[in-house]
Amino acid sequence: MDGINSLIEGFATALTPINLLYAFLGVLLGTAIGVLPGIGPAMTIALLLPLTYTLEPTQAFIMFAGIYYGGMYGGSTTSILLNTPGESASVITAIEGNLMAKKGRGAAALATAAIGSFIAGTIGTLGLALLAPVIVELAVQMGAPDYFAVMVLAFVAVTTVLGSSKIRGFASLGIGLLIGTIGIDPTAGQQRLTLGVPELADGIDVVVVAVGLFAVGEALWVAAHLRRSSLDIVHVDGARMTRDDWRRSWKPWLRGTAIGFPFGAIPAGGAEIPTFLSYAAEKKLTKNPEEFGKGAIEGVAGPEATNNASAAGGLVPLLTLGIPTTATAAVMLGAFQGYGIQPGPRLLDTQPELVWGLIASLFIGNAILLGLNLPLATVWARLLRIPRPYLYAGILFFASIGAYAANNSTFDLWLLLIIGALGFFMRRYGLPIVPAIIGIILGPVAEEQMRRALQISDGELSGLYNTAFSQIVYVIIALLLVGPPIVRLVRSRRGGKGTGSGPDTLAGAHAHANAEGV
Amino acid sequence: MTPANGSTGPAAPEVPPDRATGGVAGPAGPAVPVQPGGPGGSDRVPDSTRDASAKKDYSEYGVAVLLLALGIWAIVDAMGLADAASARGPIGPKTVPIVVGLLLVAMAILLVVDVARGGRGEQEGGEDVDLSHGSDWRTIGLLAGAFAANALLIERIGWPLSGAILFFGTTYALGSRSYIRNVIISLIMSVGTWYLFYAGLGIKLPVGLLKGIL
Repeated sequence: MDGINSLIEGFATALTPINLLYAFLGVLLGTAIGVLPGIGPAMTIALLLPLTYTLEPTQAFIMFAGIYYGGMYGGSTTSILLNTPGESASVITAIEGNLMAKKGRGAAALATAAIGSFIAGTIGTLGLALLAPVIVELAVQMGAPDYFAVMVLAFVAVTTVLGSSKIRGFASLGIGLLIGTIGIDPTAGQQRLTLGVPELADGIDVVVVAVGLFAVGEALWVAAHLRRSSLDIVHVDGARMTRDDWRRSWKPWLRGTAIGFPFGAIPAGGAEIPTFLSYAAEKKLTKNPEEFGKGAIEGVAGPEATNNASAAGGLVPLLTLGIPTTATAAVMLGAFQGYGIQPGPRLLDTQPELVWGLIASLFIGNAILLGLNLPLATVWARLLRIPRPYLYAGILFFASIGAYAANNSTFDLWLLLIIGALGFFMRRYGLPIVPAIIGIILGPVAEEQMRRALQISDGELSGLYNTAFSQIVYVIIALLLVGPPIVRLVRSRRGGKGTGSGPDTLAGAHAHANAEGV
Repeated sequence: MTPANGSTGPAAPEVPPDRATGGVAGPAGPAVPVQPGGPGGSDRVPDSTRDASAKKDYSEYGVAVLLLALGIWAIVDAMGLADAASARGPIGPKTVPIVVGLLLVAMAILLVVDVARGGRGEQEGGEDVDLSHGSDWRTIGLLAGAFAANALLIERIGWPLSGAILFFGTTYALGSRSYIRNVIISLIMSVGTWYLFYAGLGIKLPVGLLKGIL
């Protein structure tokens, strides 16, 4: 009940005209930027961060709430109409959604995605409001070793669950942790990896890192491989959802929500696995199995709801433990840190207005999103046709403003170019971006917890694993690392093969898009 | 999450599970991702990576060299740190950089093994990405040039002009040749954002040469 009361107060914060305006602006900008090809939700937030430099934290986060859901939904619009998902969580949506669009059912696909997102987002946000105070109750009892263990879990999960190559995933994580280490060491006050450059003493600004890896890296990468032929954008016609579509959609929406939220809430690596599970479940439960692979509406409704519910669930560990499980959440955490706010169990006590205002804004943003998207789908579709020179000029242009305005320094622009080059290089050689960004943003926090744990234990290493909770977490980590190879070995002993063609193709598509989980 | 595995069948245990496509084992072919349809949607990974691996792509080893260099940098830098007097036990400011450095060095070694056994990094695809040709270095050079011009000039001639140079330079690099239209759009963008940041957000970007005019 505590959550409900606080939530009502949150609505009181969020429903002032000025804050409603920020929520609306957030949704509008988030969707518009998120729809643009090649721009996923994380890059959307990173590019829009500068707009909030001068806002009060509460207003900034109300705007972020809108950008968060807007960017998510924008991504699925792109994947339905273009077939090439901008982010890994939309891979499954792209499969059936694009086939539906090709059959002339594009409007219905977009509608089932929008309504499914709304329902899942609303239930998921309600889950967040109810669950957050409970988790906080438990989390206040967590000590430094427990936090450190959960952060290690987040690193390992994000690295092993995503991507096709674990070596490259861990390499990327290492690069991220290394960048996160740059600057003055918080406890001993010594400069680490700064090469004597005074500008690096404070570490690298999160805006510069996020915009560099996502925006500049992406722009350079795409520019080097720009498709000369024009894209096949499916025309959106007026054929709306029929009664039959509704009948076939509502159960997948609810099932998707039920699958997505828990997966988002545990620090285990984002929305890919639950969307895949949702697709598999719908395929099994449908009364029209022959339509799967040819544009089945259940295959859009379920995964899309899952994606959004998982996004809402992902805010649980972010707000209550300060642990991001996706690139988008990591950028949000970076934004919190930019305001000097460290999310964690105390955040709900110290900044209740901010947290509950944010949660209430998620509800509001979700409703605005539905209102914007059902009528405006064709407008968004037109954004896909923006001439590519202007699109990428715009990305570099806004990336430069953001990086410069962060500290009013040209040094950050050079840094942006270097990090952009790193992002290019990582895309070229298949190093996933997500572990790097999580490493950069979560790494310093994890180090602090580790050192705190070891200070308490007076330097004894056992201080890192002397609680039951941390031991359980380390067992889970070990299973994550050791489990999949063993399963694979057993399977290959049994003679491999045997799985149907469906899951194989899916897994292929899935792994492919992992690299681009921006 | 090892797509190549299911389809390579018996060869799987010998081939590192980490590669998705290409490599020495031909049968990885069936793992080509994404559904048919969408021009270029399905042909994005195989050709370039396979051609590259046929030619023995030594640049893959460059990744390992970079990781090794970064790892050594982290370790050497950490060795130079003094232990804080207040530090108790084995954990000080050195610990994390050394652990990260060792992680990077270890990954560098594993990556060399992986590449030697035919593993290839999977290039990232995307809506606008066509991987059937190699990197277009001229475009990258022009882009980096436009970017650097802005960084060099922003505090001298101000954002309204340097930003316009950045925008125009990028459109030129990406092949847009309607110069007059692009100049106009560039100036509208840079002057517009300058006003937006100044009036709307209270952030004063450098005004430079146009001081007094804006």
